[in-house]
Amino acid sequence: MDNTLLMLIYVFVLAIFIGFELITKVPPTLHTPLMSGSNAISGITIVGALGSVLSAHTGSTEIAIILGTVAIVFATINVVGGYLVTDRMLKMFKKKKS
Amino acid sequence: METIKIITYFSYLIASVLFIIGIKMLGSPKTARKGNFYSAVGMFIAVVVTLADQGILNFQYILIGIIIGSIVGATIAIKVKMTAMPQMVGLLNGFGGGASTLVAFSVYYDQLSLPNPNLNVQFTIAVMLSILIGTVTFSGSLIAFGKLQEIVSGKVIKFPLQNPISILLMAAAVVLLVMGVVNPQDATPYLIVAGISLVLGVLLVLPIGGADMPVVISLLNSYSGIAAATTGFVLNNSMLIIAGSLVGASGIILTNIMCKGMNRSLMNVVLGGWENAGTVTTADAKKVDIKSVDSEEAAMIFDAASKVIITPGYGMAVAQAQHAVKELMIVLEKKGIDVKFAIHPVAGRMPGHMNVLLAEADVPYDKLYALEDINDEFSNTDVALIIGANDVVNPAARHDKNSPIYGMPILNVDYAKTVIMNKRSMASGYAGIDNELFGYPNNLMYFGDAKDAITKLTNEIKNL
Repeated sequence: MDNTLLMLIYVFVLAIFIGFELITKVPPTLHTPLMSGSNAISGITIVGALGSVLSAHTGSTEIAIILGTVAIVFATINVVGGYLVTDRMLKMFKKKKS
Repeated sequence: METIKIITYFSYLIASVLFIIGIKMLGSPKTARKGNFYSAVGMFIAVVVTLADQGILNFQYILIGIIIGSIVGATIAIKVKMTAMPQMVGLLNGFGGGASTLVAFSVYYDQLSLPNPNLNVQFTIAVMLSILIGTVTFSGSLIAFGKLQEIVSGKVIKFPLQNPISILLMAAAVVLLVMGVVNPQDATPYLIVAGISLVLGVLLVLPIGGADMPVVISLLNSYSGIAAATTGFVLNNSMLIIAGSLVGASGIILTNIMCKGMNRSLMNVVLGGWENAGTVTTADAKKVDIKSVDSEEAAMIFDAASKVIITPGYGMAVAQAQHAVKELMIVLEKKGIDVKFAIHPVAGRMPGHMNVLLAEADVPYDKLYALEDINDEFSNTDVALIIGANDVVNPAARHDKNSPIYGMPILNVDYAKTVIMNKRSMASGYAGIDNELFGYPNNLMYFGDAKDAITKLTNEIKNL
């Protein structure tokens, strides 16, 4: 096992711990925006999708580029749709006017 | 290391930190909106830096992909009704999973096209797992979307040998995974794993009934994050791993909260419990006396009350009654009556569903109370009004060991002086069992569609 993989596993495990710590503190009232907001974050695959199209090797089969482009569409829907709808919801949460 | 690479990696680090801060700020409704914005800034940085780093090859494809994705994403985000939020989240889960699968295949085929492809064990295992988890998430989410949108039956769908078939398919996927790793030049095992995963996702969600949807949506949310993290292992990209893990952890926590809210294990939900409930209770159903009221009588009861707790359920969402409920709240408060809302963790079709609907109707969020925060208050409440909820207020869960919902945490509405239950009919709830609350001496049924019934009630109270 090489060093890169080891470091990636470190990052993976630590990130899960941070996730657990932070998300247990999110109140039930915000669970729906939490889900749509995390949908947007999981759209981070867009970076992988962009990379797969941008760095497709010359002479690479068309299929790599086509798959990558569809992946960009999917991930962009997640990112744009996720952040916008989360913002739309969070705008509505208001405290009692005193 | 080249300067551009250093800039890229540091920008990815900044983006990762912004995601973490964004989620942290979701810890309070006051900071949540800003947190979501920070998270979006992180995403923007990640995308721009990737484009700057990797040059302008195949730019036309990128542009087309981003434009189509943005138009579709923005359109559904702006158009979707708040009652349809579970479908929206279900769909987004699916796109997330689908994107991971596609990226894994794209990178794999790109390597295959090289004279000396680099297909080491880490790469191939990560590709296989991305395909497996991503595709299960994709097809499972589409079925969940179909069920919530009522394109696919929301009922528990079972067929013979369902579980053995699923186990067999999973075993086959493991064998193919090993084959793909041992002989990575051959794309066939990768394609078959994708096919099997499509079927597995369908089999996972098809048997699950409507009211168990909060569990499934949370679980698929978690999968979409884990799929993004495995894609990070394909590409050796820490930022994907961090972002994916955060989402994965979030989904797991929500899944756990939903399961606890029903006092069921994840296994029990996935394997479709409560299946025989209906037949058990109809056999020994007792004859109960049920009292019902009309809007005028109900209005008089409210008029005499000083403290009211409203318990909404999925029925409120179906009837789009959230605005009518808010009008009722205003009228009651004008009369000096204290109004609070009790929200059961699994009310609705996804975590926090009721809270979003009531927020849409301008009900302040500090009037909404979680189960553990309000349950002690019912005993000194004059009227507990239930709108379109059933199983989550069934007292049998507290004492009837034979009831399938025994042990499930419920809202103790029956401790209130008077319970008024708005329902369309006497039909049983999702669990398919009778609600013994109907026959309680302090319970009054107020029949009618939630929106009409609550509007009528509000008008009667106004006229008093």
